[in-house]
Amino acid sequence: MTRHVIAPVDELPPGTRKFLTIDERPIAIFNINGEFFGLLNRCPHQGAALCEGPLIGLAQSSNPGEIEYTRHGEILRCPWHGWEFDIRTGQSYCDPKKFRTRAYPVNVEPGSSVVKGPYVAETLAVSVESDYVVVDL
Amino acid sequence: MNVQFRDRPEPASSASVKTAIADCDIHPARATRDELYPFLARRWHGHLETFGVHAYQGMMEGPPYPKTQPNASRRDAWPPEGGQQGSSLSFMQKQHLDPNNVALGVLNPLGATGQGMRNHDLSAALATAINDWQIEKWTSKDSRLKASVVVANEDGMAAAAEIRKRAGDRNFVQVLLLSRNVEPLGQRRYWPIYQAAEEAGLPVGVHAFGFGGNPITASGWPSYYIEEMVGHSQCQQTALASLVLEGVFERHPKLKMIMIEAGFGWAPSLSWRLDKVFEKLHGEVPHLKRKPSEYLRDHIFWTTQPMEDPERRDHLFDVIDWIGWDKLLFATDYPHWDYDEPSRVLPAGVSDANREAFYLTNALKLYGIS
Ligand code: FES
Repeated sequence: MTRHVIAPVDELPPGTRKFLTIDERPIAIFNINGEFFGLLNRCPHQGAALCEGPLIGLAQSSNPGEIEYTRHGEILRCPWHGWEFDIRTGQSYCDPKKFRTRAYPVNVEPGSSVVKGPYVAETLAVSVESDYVVVDL
Repeated sequence: MNVQFRDRPEPASSASVKTAIADCDIHPARATRDELYPFLARRWHGHLETFGVHAYQGMMEGPPYPKTQPNASRRDAWPPEGGQQGSSLSFMQKQHLDPNNVALGVLNPLGATGQGMRNHDLSAALATAINDWQIEKWTSKDSRLKASVVVANEDGMAAAAEIRKRAGDRNFVQVLLLSRNVEPLGQRRYWPIYQAAEEAGLPVGVHAFGFGGNPITASGWPSYYIEEMVGHSQCQQTALASLVLEGVFERHPKLKMIMIEAGFGWAPSLSWRLDKVFEKLHGEVPHLKRKPSEYLRDHIFWTTQPMEDPERRDHLFDVIDWIGWDKLLFATDYPHWDYDEPSRVLPAGVSDANREAFYLTNALKLYGIS
């Protein structure tokens, strides 16, 4: 597993996402209310760029007529056929056992550790004072 | 420090050279409502602005769009220059035609194209306009694209006149009808359409949707879009039973029809049921000389989007074996949300010959393109 420095935290404010390719893999990193998530940007269904889809909530029902709308902004809907994926786990809601997209752990690390640690960055000049978004791949 | 790290992924599809395909259901859209005005007599500009279009179906503002995604389209299909999904040729080329190596793309315009309108003069004028627009904006600019002759479907005579006007023009490869009409499609009011299509040597495509004024399902208006989606097969079954039993194929032995966007897994059971009742009730329809299934097998083609997707692929193959590998036409439905990705729809285990027929040669043959 290699850790990759993605960006200084300020470059990925809440509500934004960043697309990149690491080791030939298309990846997207999301900042949702200050929490960071990383997903493989390829839908397991027919291969759409999954992370171009909107972030929605989860409509669930324990009984007909009773609908709860929860987890607003944590469910990613594929831009093609609308399959829904949990951004925390990569699991799909249409068939969670069979279909999932790869989720990658994303962390925020202080600049000092990024400079010292086993991180790999090509395009970023890492400065010690800031925090950085780091993904494990 | 040797990490591959690009800021934006390349579109996966451009990476490999793919074999050529025919896409028999592409939906071109107008960027703006007045894009058709240059092709419409002036009187209709004012008419449209004052009265709008008047469909048979109520709630015209409700049913068509949006569904599931804006304009019922892929969310990544907005053209960068603005306008509706499907309205930009250059973006369609870049996003779909080039990377998927589409050798033939059949255009099926939907929306306010003149089909299913109560004012038949407006209907005919819009149909002519949309046909001229298809040439001007699409087929003359990209030779891979071919148009459908859109007709004023509820006015058989006007529709036949439009078909005759386009006969022999190789910009057009089929006549386009929709599945929901005022009456089932075999009825006499539509016969002039089949007569003219047969004379012109054009197959007739029947695309799901339409505004015939009747509910979407056989027992009324459903609550959910998901019911409408499966309701398309009911409409097509009604259309097919009507076409066969009214004797349309007996009258027009050269006529070919294409069922577009309503699935095909139900085709065998419809045929079996028709044949079974026909054994007992053929006295009611003595004009039929053959079993219903024989007309269906000889005259009907099916586009693949939506493909049935059973858990066991041999179930799919059984259905296709029954229908015939020579009767399926590949379609993506671009740019709509239920789009099928060419490289992902057909399970493994298909012979090269069948694969090629499925993706390309059936369509080239049917549409007479060499
Ligand atoms: S490609 Fe994502 S839902 Fe089909």
